[in-house]
Amino acid sequence: MATLLVIAEHERGQLKLATEAAIAFARQVIAVEGGTFHILVAGEEIGRVVERLQGHGATSILTAENPALKDPLAERLAPVIAQAARSLQAGLIVAASTTFSKDILPRAAALLDAGMASDVIAVVPDPSGTRFKRVLHAGNVIALLRLEGSIRCVTVRSGAFATPERNAAPSAVAPLAMDYQSLPGSSTFVSREERPSGRPDATEARIVVSGGRALKDSGDFERLVGGLADTLGAAVGSSRALVDSGITPNSLQIGQTGKVVAPELYIAVGISGAIQHMAGMKDTKIIVAINKDPDAPIFEVADYGLVADVYQAVPEMIGKLSKR
Amino acid sequence: MKILVPIKRVPDSDTRIRVKSDGSGIVTDGVKFSVNPFDAIAVEQALRLKESGAATEVVLVSLGNEECVESLRVGLAMGADRAVLVRVDTALDSLGVAKLLAGLYRREQPGFVLMGKQAIDDDSNQAGQMLAGLLGIGQATFVSKLDLIEGGTRARCGRETDAGIEIVEVQLPAVITTDLRLNEPRYVSLPGIMKAKKKPVEELPAAELASDITPRTQILSFEAPAGRKAGVKVRSVDELIDRLKNEAKVL
Repeated sequence: MATLLVIAEHERGQLKLATEAAIAFARQVIAVEGGTFHILVAGEEIGRVVERLQGHGATSILTAENPALKDPLAERLAPVIAQAARSLQAGLIVAASTTFSKDILPRAAALLDAGMASDVIAVVPDPSGTRFKRVLHAGNVIALLRLEGSIRCVTVRSGAFATPERNAAPSAVAPLAMDYQSLPGSSTFVSREERPSGRPDATEARIVVSGGRALKDSGDFERLVGGLADTLGAAVGSSRALVDSGITPNSLQIGQTGKVVAPELYIAVGISGAIQHMAGMKDTKIIVAINKDPDAPIFEVADYGLVADVYQAVPEMIGKLSKR
Repeated sequence: MKILVPIKRVPDSDTRIRVKSDGSGIVTDGVKFSVNPFDAIAVEQALRLKESGAATEVVLVSLGNEECVESLRVGLAMGADRAVLVRVDTALDSLGVAKLLAGLYRREQPGFVLMGKQAIDDDSNQAGQMLAGLLGIGQATFVSKLDLIEGGTRARCGRETDAGIEIVEVQLPAVITTDLRLNEPRYVSLPGIMKAKKKPVEELPAAELASDITPRTQILSFEAPAGRKAGVKVRSVDELIDRLKNEAKVL
């Protein structure tokens, strides 16, 4: 019997949907090992997030609501997670694979002397203890592993765990007993660059339109990639080449060291398809590649390939899709 | 101020990684190894801080067998002052790495630790955060802009997060992990290589730094992911839209 602790992620009072992958993972583990799961929500003014987590079947939603947790600082959130895990005697802590969790959870694992697996994509039942699969080497290798010890930590890829239904009875909401005065204060949050547009986050969108080296400047990126994305209600993404050359902001980068997405449709506009980029999108359901180089590696993974100049094909697509 | 920079020897980012047919590991025959790219960025940043007068010494550390000396020599050839090889002949997980680095940190007492955000072989992205947690010091991860402020007692860091750049300030000592756009590492020069040969590489047994480094993460086997097959080439935008609507049903 396992007791799991799911770490909820939120931003500006809204639940990040990647959290639901962590919940889906927890339910899969419970289906194998038996047991229960709890959700920890830490921050300031978290009422709406707690409300949004109802119906998932958590035994309890543990709240750590305090002005000291206003900003997502690892040195303060990690002890809160450790405290929640100890108070529940949790054996497994899970969070989504996002920069938020990647910053915080390993620190919490160290405080708990726990082993950790990042980017878990599958739960594999086994009589000797549940096993997990995770990706490494830029998505070119999958490892089957077991975490030893009385407490284990994992982050999970959101595309790998389907959004769970929300039809369970309400969970009890309970505040975490925590001495917030004792939290360290060596780091201070200064500011965060606001997302430049009202477009969805690539990790949460059904469709992602992504641009690569064929785009010559940020105006062209916005007109072609942004324009096609807006026509489809999609998120935008970018290859590393465009970020490195300053055409797109870093938060758009998709790949091994950027975001990993698995939408229903990924439209690669002028992206050649480096291994590191493909590591971030190859679990997409349908991949479309538009590139004028017929030998571009992206065509090896694309379901539909169009060999064409993006400067002609994309405006044509925008025109024809807008008329629908 | 001394900066401690851990570096890891990994398969070069341009090599095609293949899983051994029996699933026991990856094929390393004929594979070129390099310094983990994020670690090279950390070395570069430490050297720039030294060159600007903000730091006085750059100390490298690698954990593993004698093959890691090759990677340490690369960092020394870039300009680092000295290196430590912590001799480990068994598998390590991130927690084990963090425990060994914590042991070395206590011996070296650096002004801060600057290290890659992840190693491109296991892609875990954990060791820096774990190290900061074990030491009870601050951390700034995924840093693409770094300035020492207030007489070198604090660092002002731009962090690359999913939502965009976040600015944090952290009291030193701290652990700072590097992201891609912090800098472009310099090339190693021939005089640099010659000088590196004379720089000291100290070897330390792991047991002197940490007592329990048995991995909690036990890898049982490796496999290659199911490959995607190339689909069809469409002839026109019209055909593409038609297939996306009527065949794939995603529009």
